[in-house]
Amino acid sequence: MIATNKTWPWKLLLVAILLVMAAGTWGAVQKIEYQWRWYRVPQYFLYHAEDAQKIAFDGIVQTIKTSGDVTEVVLVSENAEKLTVSIDTDTLQVSEGEDLFEGDTVGFVRQWRLGPLMMGLWTTLWLSAISSVFALVLGLLTGLARISKNFTVRGLATIYVECIRGTPLLVQIFLAYFFLGTVFDLSRNVCGIGALSLFAGAYVAEIVRAGIQAIPKGQGEAARSLGMNSFQTMVEVILPQALKKILPPLSGQFISLIKDSSLVSVIAITDLTKSGREIITSTFATFEIWLVIAVMYLLVTSILSQIVYYMERRFAISD
Amino acid sequence: MIKAENVVKIFNSHAGIIRAVDGVSTEVAKGEVVVVIGPSGSGKSTFLRCINGLEAFTEGHILIDGVDLADKKTNINKVRAEVGMVFQQFNLFPHKTVLENLTLAQRKVRRRSRKVAEEKAYALLKKVGIHDKAGEYPSRLSGGQQQRVAIARALAMDPKVMLFDEPTSALDPEMVGEVLDVMKQLAREGMTMIVVTHEMGFAREVADRVIFMDEGKVVEVGTPEHFFTNPKEDRAKLFLKQVL
Repeated sequence: MIATNKTWPWKLLLVAILLVMAAGTWGAVQKIEYQWRWYRVPQYFLYHAEDAQKIAFDGIVQTIKTSGDVTEVVLVSENAEKLTVSIDTDTLQVSEGEDLFEGDTVGFVRQWRLGPLMMGLWTTLWLSAISSVFALVLGLLTGLARISKNFTVRGLATIYVECIRGTPLLVQIFLAYFFLGTVFDLSRNVCGIGALSLFAGAYVAEIVRAGIQAIPKGQGEAARSLGMNSFQTMVEVILPQALKKILPPLSGQFISLIKDSSLVSVIAITDLTKSGREIITSTFATFEIWLVIAVMYLLVTSILSQIVYYMERRFAISD
Repeated sequence: MIKAENVVKIFNSHAGIIRAVDGVSTEVAKGEVVVVIGPSGSGKSTFLRCINGLEAFTEGHILIDGVDLADKKTNINKVRAEVGMVFQQFNLFPHKTVLENLTLAQRKVRRRSRKVAEEKAYALLKKVGIHDKAGEYPSRLSGGQQQRVAIARALAMDPKVMLFDEPTSALDPEMVGEVLDVMKQLAREGMTMIVVTHEMGFAREVADRVIFMDEGKVVEVGTPEHFFTNPKEDRAKLFLKQVL
């Protein structure tokens, strides 16, 4: 048989299958007569906010000075208090010498603001980032404890890992918030981060343990035979090799963590998922918002995968 | 220098209790080269590994320069720093360059400065004939080169004694010579050495004493001339007939 590297027929087939699936979905959507309202989506990324600038006392408009788009209005109170308000020129609602009462609107300031989708994404990102750091530390320590010679240390680590891996994350989040949160008076963010860290930490521990055990015994023996103590051996010889080996599963775990963080929306943390649900209640653009949110998660996780892929190639230097 | 008294090592495995080392007593003087031979499973490697505490023995005493390994107060890390070991599988640190392999323990254990450690490393690499590979990672080296680096790594700690655990068994045949040459040179320089090996030629040429072990026990001890030409024990005769 002659080796062939013709791949274009298969690429064509792939495209064809994807097209058929897309067409099928489109056809099915047509049948239920869904009203697509994509135009409603962009404002939830970025919107032009108008903030009313109000007078803080009863008084009169002393001067109005316009320079281009910005107008400065000087207000004077009955007690000769002065107040200067800057507003956008075309939103000016007062004239010079006009009497105003406390709370009257002088004009508006417009500015671009990040919409709930971006704020939700931000919450998801920092929640995942902090949880990842805690999970890594916790997982590293627990992973080491899992292979400890001390029975008590090993036992504690095993119980932790088994309890976390044997229960659903959703239940853990509820427990963290409604039980621990109430008992120890913790905020929802602390509970959310705590639950995610404990959850991911257990899986990281197993990855770390497997990574360390995958390093040939001779490595530790060589280090010990040179007089290095167990701590030096672990830090200088075993862990650097193990971490390189576990980078792919570890990054997979952190990508999972980003996705799993969507579950904290059940304890009213306004992450990307919760933002989406809130937007849907006011727009009814169910299909659009969920699709957008899925793509946003996909973007974040893909970028992370690419970074890890790049790091793996950098680390491959001593192989 | 090294004194073993009635050393016993028992393994508890699924197959039952195995007396891997069964009452071995011997003494190695300073500057002496002792070669331990015997069939596989005879306990010679296990005994060697007991000498630097990589295997904890069950009974007996091993004294290195008067320090008893069986004593709970003995700091095993200090003992190991004085006892160099070369492994069958080289066990170089793959994530470190050749130079770093040689300087790591010098700096962490001997607390030498980078400069001193590197000077020592370069001198030793030159001695074992691979000074041009200092910046390479071990995976780029041949087996023979890796084993010579491993010997240099052990020597960098200025050990009082060197243990060799079948140092040529994992090598391609054409690379055995270069490693044995380094070991012969060491022996000539007066290094105290205990060598577990299947290289009978090396034993005959370099050893001051040959220890033949079988089933965890020392069966016969003698000078190489005596042992190879006129062994007394039947098991030694049988073994020699098989390997020579």
